[in-house]
Amino acid sequence: MFIRGIGHAIKQAFIQIFRNRAMSFASLFSITAMLLILGLFFILIVNVNMVTESAKKQFDTIQIYLLDQTDQVAATQMVHDLSDLEGVAKAWYLSKEDAMKEYKTKWGDKGYLLDGFTENPLPNSIRVQVSDLSLADSVVEVAKKFEGIEDIKYYQTAVDKLLSVTNYIRTGALVIILSLVVVSVVVVANTIKLTVLARAREINIMKYVGANNWFIRGPFLVEGMLIGFLSAAVSVGLVSLIYSKVMELFGTDMFLMFSVTMVPERFLIVNLIMIFMALGISIGAFGSIISMRRFLDT
Amino acid sequence: MIKFEDVTKKYGSNIGIEDVTVSIDKGDFVFLVGPSGAGKSTFIKLILKEVCEDKGRIHVNGMEVTRLSNRQTPKLRRSIGIVFQDFRLLPNKTVEENVAFAMEILHISSRTIRRNVPQVLNLMGISSKAKKYPHELSAGEQQRVAIARAVINNPTVLIADEPTGNLDPDTAWEIMQLLDQINRRGTTILMVTHAKDIVDRMGKRVIAIDKGKIVRDDRGGTYGYYEDEEAHSFLCKPGGVFDSNVY
Repeated sequence: MFIRGIGHAIKQAFIQIFRNRAMSFASLFSITAMLLILGLFFILIVNVNMVTESAKKQFDTIQIYLLDQTDQVAATQMVHDLSDLEGVAKAWYLSKEDAMKEYKTKWGDKGYLLDGFTENPLPNSIRVQVSDLSLADSVVEVAKKFEGIEDIKYYQTAVDKLLSVTNYIRTGALVIILSLVVVSVVVVANTIKLTVLARAREINIMKYVGANNWFIRGPFLVEGMLIGFLSAAVSVGLVSLIYSKVMELFGTDMFLMFSVTMVPERFLIVNLIMIFMALGISIGAFGSIISMRRFLDT
Repeated sequence: MIKFEDVTKKYGSNIGIEDVTVSIDKGDFVFLVGPSGAGKSTFIKLILKEVCEDKGRIHVNGMEVTRLSNRQTPKLRRSIGIVFQDFRLLPNKTVEENVAFAMEILHISSRTIRRNVPQVLNLMGISSKAKKYPHELSAGEQQRVAIARAVINNPTVLIADEPTGNLDPDTAWEIMQLLDQINRRGTTILMVTHAKDIVDRMGKRVIAIDKGKIVRDDRGGTYGYYEDEEAHSFLCKPGGVFDSNVY
């Protein structure tokens, strides 16, 4: 009996969708639009996250400038001591000649300008890469106590700023996504309410003939879920199309300008499919249940 | 079959029906007559548990309607066939789907549905319209579909709320023949009507309601209201229930 009820609901849902093409299309369109906006925001957020993460990596190096009289042996000892500290991923010595080479590479075409120096002004240095940014302070404290140090540079303020910006972006994104979900449920509930309203009389007749509430609700519920499923499929398709175009156009530029890669398409799409299917189907289901409630009370 | 014991239903200060005690037996054919606002609709709504009484007890098909929960209401309605003046067919379903729907809600197997629906449509004389939608049918044909839907599950009671109100006299009479035929097979029929000529011609039991009370209950009765000149002129004035421009 239960199985037969489900079979009836599915069969009727397909018939209803087909016979009420215009309304089905309206619901499909509005859910798709919402999911599309949601999807674009999702992509933006994932990419911003990735950019901040990789930018953070560029700030995780502490530079310790050495006095010219500090010899190689003392420097090697420092590197050794630093490497043993908690939170240090890697520590290495960089001679003033190597530092100059590094500058020249960075400056590229304009590298020849550096040839004007008769004497290398750069100091020898030690670089420390921290594995955990929050431990950077304690590493610096230890380094300050070393003899023969000229200066210590690390981008504490920059890192702090970046961390707070990242946090803002994360919370902001979460708020936007959540409000978009709420908005889409409301919009969908209203669209489905219109379809239900158009069939209020029909529902009333069903009640007169003696149909119980679940028998009436079933087809509408399946219909909502089907439309949600279709909308999810359409919007995933659109989002991935848009994303691949953006990747094609800006992907390499992004890499060149900020030395940051965009999130790979495949990874994103797989996640989007799962999220959107769940979201679309539940928006459809909740939308139809919410909007039918009024007509089934008695 | 249908039993009202001292039933009162008021809408605010307006009386629906008041202290009504009446009993309709199995196999009866009863006309429920009376002016508009007399309480006929309230009577029907109480049977279907569309409204709840303020006082008294109502029994329908062995169920005490008063005590049914909302969840049990569908069960009550399934034991009653209903036909309305405006047919109330599902506009998006074909004739046979409309009739089948009444069986589907009982979870009857599709094989049984496929067997029974054509039989009933044949009985109602609308076999050729099986694949048509309600809007493609004449009013008389639509009412036949509605009756087919009402009787397909063999209800013990058939309630007809002005079933001929939208039909021309000839078609109306055909529908009455159909109802009579159904009654002869043992179904109790309760029909609300304003059609004097039909009531007089059928010669069945007539219950007249006025201002919420039963004023007359005759076996083999007539409509009776035309005998009252005052009521006649009231009912037939423009906009009155017998004004041909209204129906």
